[in-house]
Amino acid sequence: MLSRTADHLYWMARYVERAENLARLLDVNVSAALLPRSTEEANQSWAASLAVVGALDAYTERYGAIDPRHVLELIAFDPASPFSIVRCLREARENARAVRGALTTEIWETMNTTWLDLHRRIAGTGNVDQLNEFFEWVRQRSHLVSGATINTMLRTEGFHFTRIGTFLERADNTARMLDVNLRVLAAEGGARGPEADYYRYSQLLRSLSALQIYRQAYRDRITPDRVAELLILHPDMPRSLHRCLEEITANLRRVANSQSAETERRAGQLHAELQFGRIDSVLARGVHKVLADFLERIQDLGSRISTDFLLSEAW
Amino acid sequence: MTLPFDEMHSPANRVRPHYARLAEWLATTPAERMVAKRAEADLLFRRVGITFAVYGESDASASDGQFGTERLIPFDIIPRVITCEEWRLLARGLTQRVRALNAFLADVYHGQEILRAGRIPPEPVLWNPQYRPEMHGVNVPGGIYAHIAGIDVVRAGEGEFYVLEDNLRVPSGVSYMLEDRKMMMRLFPELFARHAVAPVEHYPDMLLDILRSVAPSGVNDPSAVLLTPGASNSAYFEHAFLAQQMGVELVEGQDLFVRDGFVYMRTTLGPQRVDVIYRRIDDDFLDPLAFRADSTLGVPGLLTAYREGNVTIANAMGTGIADDKSLYPYVPEMIRFYCGEEPLLANVPTWVLRNPDDCAYVLEHLSELVVKEVHGAGGYGMLIGPAASRAELAAFRERILANPSGYVAQPTLALSTCPTFVDSGIAPRHVDLRPFVLSGRDVRIVPGGLTRVALREGSLVVNSSQGGGTKDTWVLEA
Repeated sequence: MLSRTADHLYWMARYVERAENLARLLDVNVSAALLPRSTEEANQSWAASLAVVGALDAYTERYGAIDPRHVLELIAFDPASPFSIVRCLREARENARAVRGALTTEIWETMNTTWLDLHRRIAGTGNVDQLNEFFEWVRQRSHLVSGATINTMLRTEGFHFTRIGTFLERADNTARMLDVNLRVLAAEGGARGPEADYYRYSQLLRSLSALQIYRQAYRDRITPDRVAELLILHPDMPRSLHRCLEEITANLRRVANSQSAETERRAGQLHAELQFGRIDSVLARGVHKVLADFLERIQDLGSRISTDFLLSEAW
Repeated sequence: MTLPFDEMHSPANRVRPHYARLAEWLATTPAERMVAKRAEADLLFRRVGITFAVYGESDASASDGQFGTERLIPFDIIPRVITCEEWRLLARGLTQRVRALNAFLADVYHGQEILRAGRIPPEPVLWNPQYRPEMHGVNVPGGIYAHIAGIDVVRAGEGEFYVLEDNLRVPSGVSYMLEDRKMMMRLFPELFARHAVAPVEHYPDMLLDILRSVAPSGVNDPSAVLLTPGASNSAYFEHAFLAQQMGVELVEGQDLFVRDGFVYMRTTLGPQRVDVIYRRIDDDFLDPLAFRADSTLGVPGLLTAYREGNVTIANAMGTGIADDKSLYPYVPEMIRFYCGEEPLLANVPTWVLRNPDDCAYVLEHLSELVVKEVHGAGGYGMLIGPAASRAELAAFRERILANPSGYVAQPTLALSTCPTFVDSGIAPRHVDLRPFVLSGRDVRIVPGGLTRVALREGSLVVNSSQGGGTKDTWVLEA
């Protein structure tokens, strides 16, 4: 497969996954705004969302104080903002268009229809229920793309690079979500009581489609340690770091070339650490430290994959 | 101007036999259903992304800024019907013509017998910017230069076809032929049940076969690619579509490189040999080392690899000399010279303004004629005398006088008309036809081609860049 084609497929998948992650994050925030809580708490939650996507500095510079409408503009609707859902969907579609011949008709038409419908969808996002509907729609479109990919694409390199893109983006997102939320909770130091913490944790789980999974996996009340365990180590949780690395290593193995051995080794090592790791030792090392280390290594993997496979200059 | 030939109705206003079933269907189908079907077609074309970009149109002037300059080519839902007898005549004529054009290209880049025999004057050939000295003496596989030819044909009467122009460089439009057919089968399956329409869907398969058959000798399992200028090109949809249909890589110049005289593509598994390049980039941009140095679309060193016979380029470099408008008047002579036959398809009478007599005549009759730039394409830089204002005529006269050899002129042809679904209902509109002729070991044509239709009443310009649309073209099997 052409390096350029693989690159477009990889980025198409990353941007779709990113759009979905943003939609889930914002959906939960918008719903949480309906709970009785102080403006300060609400603002903290919005600021945390900005931090998750790395847009806090850009926000402060452009808008100053937190205002939900501006947050939504920056990370959902502004096509010029590099952080927004609209931008992600455009980038995804542009990448798809550049290699539409390498996509199945089902994937291409899903991507293209998403883009065509987007403008109509944005027009109807005046109040909260419409916002929820919009975020729901973005998630569904992402699921359609994934479904079309899994159900229609030949299991050759193109498929594997698409999957690598999806799971690198997802691993990055889960780690950030967990890290930012744990830091906010730590800063509050449980001052608001267990109930407030409950809402914070369930919000975090919901924004990772993990609340029901938590209930199924633990059948018990929500505790911080288990949340960390579920999102970092659980082998069957589709968004856990462990699961993402499992997918990345498996797909990487299928596309290996003569210069990718070191990348495979690093991915494999990270995977093994998650596979055989225990939550006690993660807590002992400090969750934040573990996550910061993870994010660094995921980024390293991303750039190594680019050099090994996707940038034509490599040869 | 004589009355145009109506393909559906005889002069006595009777429906011609091969249109009978379609006429019956049109008469019994309510207008609302037609409107609904047309809307459905638009929606489907958008979803599939069958769009094209119009040159010189900025985002702001497009109908919807958010879609950039991507536009749909209007699609007419009433098919054009051609009988199998007419098609047989056309196909034989097209085969003969393309054989002669390929023979001319082989000759002009080797012995130049036709010039030495005095059958064509040497000036319009050798002094032509489309003549590529780089190609002189280069042997191409099978002696084929124009593997893919789009021959524009118009009809003036019963069985009376004229070739309007030959497109031998990077002819486009075949994807519309294929998508129009797919759309019609989806919208009106009942019509296909009533007609035996010759299929066209095997075109990509045929094209791939032709491309692989002209690989450099000694290559067992040749690898073909389609070279595109990229996603911003107006015909990008077609490039992606054909690559996908053939199952070959869609490459850009940056994906290819030349090493030790061979062409490779950059893949995730390392460099991979390329044997045949179906290019959709003009000669000028193919190799920055040989042609335009500022081209970022091409592949440095490609010409060298090509001249060494290590890669086949389709169409060959230098085919522009055979479809140049200044040589068009000599094509019948080429047919006589190389095939020893009389042309089966007529040329449109053409005045070559390089000849002083022709020029004088044309200047005198400017308001009756169509004047074209010799090197122009796509309906740009063209004067349609009968439709031009006094000021336009005067301005064009100045341009001709400044450079007479830059122009040719033809009588205003009464292009035939076909029933077309327009805002006012079903009405006749002017059409032409572009069949696609493939040349490898033999010459092959899928029945039909792309019918372009001038949607504005009375208009004779069918180019998509000038408000033209397309329709499905049916060659009946019996």
